[in-house]
Amino acid sequence: MLNMIKQGWRPLAVLILLFIIWELSVVIFDVPKWFLPAPSDIITVGINEWTEYNQHVFATVELIIIGFIVGSLSGIIVATVLHLIPVLRQSMYPLIILSQNIPIIVLAPLLVGWFGFGMLPKLIVITLVCFFPIAISLLGGLQQTDRDLRHYMLMAGATKRQMFWKLEWLSALPSLFSGLKISATYSVMGAVISEWLGANNGLGVYMTLASSSFRADRVFVAIFIIVFISLLFFMLIVWLEKRIIRWQASEKRNTNGSS
Amino acid sequence: MVHLNVRNISQSFDEQKILKQINFSIDQGEFVSILGPSGSGKSTLFRIIGGIESPTSGDIILNDESIKNQPGSVSYTPQSPSLFPWRSVLDNVLLGQEIQGKRDRNTALQMIERAGLADYADAYPHELSGGMKQRVSFIRSVLSPQPLILLDEPFSALDEFTRTDMQQWLLSMWEEHKRSIIFVTHNIEEALFLSDRIIVLSNRPTSVQREITIPFKRPRNEDLLLSNDFLEFKKEIYKEMRASHLPS
Repeated sequence: MLNMIKQGWRPLAVLILLFIIWELSVVIFDVPKWFLPAPSDIITVGINEWTEYNQHVFATVELIIIGFIVGSLSGIIVATVLHLIPVLRQSMYPLIILSQNIPIIVLAPLLVGWFGFGMLPKLIVITLVCFFPIAISLLGGLQQTDRDLRHYMLMAGATKRQMFWKLEWLSALPSLFSGLKISATYSVMGAVISEWLGANNGLGVYMTLASSSFRADRVFVAIFIIVFISLLFFMLIVWLEKRIIRWQASEKRNTNGSS
Repeated sequence: MVHLNVRNISQSFDEQKILKQINFSIDQGEFVSILGPSGSGKSTLFRIIGGIESPTSGDIILNDESIKNQPGSVSYTPQSPSLFPWRSVLDNVLLGQEIQGKRDRNTALQMIERAGLADYADAYPHELSGGMKQRVSFIRSVLSPQPLILLDEPFSALDEFTRTDMQQWLLSMWEEHKRSIIFVTHNIEEALFLSDRIIVLSNRPTSVQREITIPFKRPRNEDLLLSNDFLEFKKEIYKEMRASHLPS
């Protein structure tokens, strides 16, 4: 915690400075509120209207959590299967990379056409967004297992299953977490995009409504909340990583201490 | 009684001969060093004995049974300690047993204690020094159920004094447990100090150049390293190896 404050104060100071410049500029140049509201206005609206929009926040958070879990699990399963079956990896890997060139924004309306306005098309969008970073980084981690350790396992007569569970999977955990961290932020974005397509609740809906009624202040409230949720989610993954990968955490602490 | 028999092992890759008709045997409880220049195909030989590489011809016999292409028949201490970073010292030394079946925690703890690592049983490998890691790696081999231990240049990365300490520690462990050991090294002194017998390998294609029985009494200690007999042997082996070493 102390470490976080030590490292976090610089970007925080820059952020506060930016807000001050923003606030002053709006006041000095007399910018109309519908064009660009001052940070103080945004915060006021955010606090006063909380009871009106909190249902949207909760709906989105729920969508993010379910989507992230489904997306991560499919990423983990695909990476593991591709790793264990080399033929499949060689034939599928390039296609997975290629699939990322399909813009989600274009795909989303099609998904609504196929699956309606329910939960399913939204989950598919988030899954598509989350799946890729996890699958690619986990697969990379599984493929880059330390050669000496692998050699030891072979000489010791380890079965394929032992090789996977005692060595490959554990040594790929740090890579899995880098993927999870990227996906955690992507999933928030994916959830908001999927809500634009049509939903009753959610920050995506709230944003669209605010934007079409020229309530720039509400749009910014939504943006701030989205950033905050992303950050919270990211920190949750970092915390989990530190809990689970203890054998590395202390190594990092050492290098920080000596620098 | 012969424990391991390496019979006429040859290996070639794409027309290139690596090993040529290698023959030697290890008796029960014997400490044998394999001495050879770097790049002489020692690791290839080890991979074949370990069962993870198939020789072009020849056979490996352990206790009258062929172990060719059968991984897990011998216990192995690799060149780098190869400890698993997410396992504590205790879990690391138990890995060899775990792969073969059952864990024996108590014996493991006893051995860790006798290796002077009692305070480190729950530590992770990155908290250990180079010598400690190598000791853990060797304990893992001794605890593994296979009776024959292969050591692949285990001390090559250590400094001179740590290395001497480790050699003495290894000898005391071996005298206590009476396992058969094949010790690979390119260091003549190390081979002389540790072994009952030395097998000198030639340059590529590798074959057995000479076998030398070492008569020094056991238990051996550091003084031996500076005795005249020791230096005579060293000279002889040095000349032997020098003669076959082609200038590069």
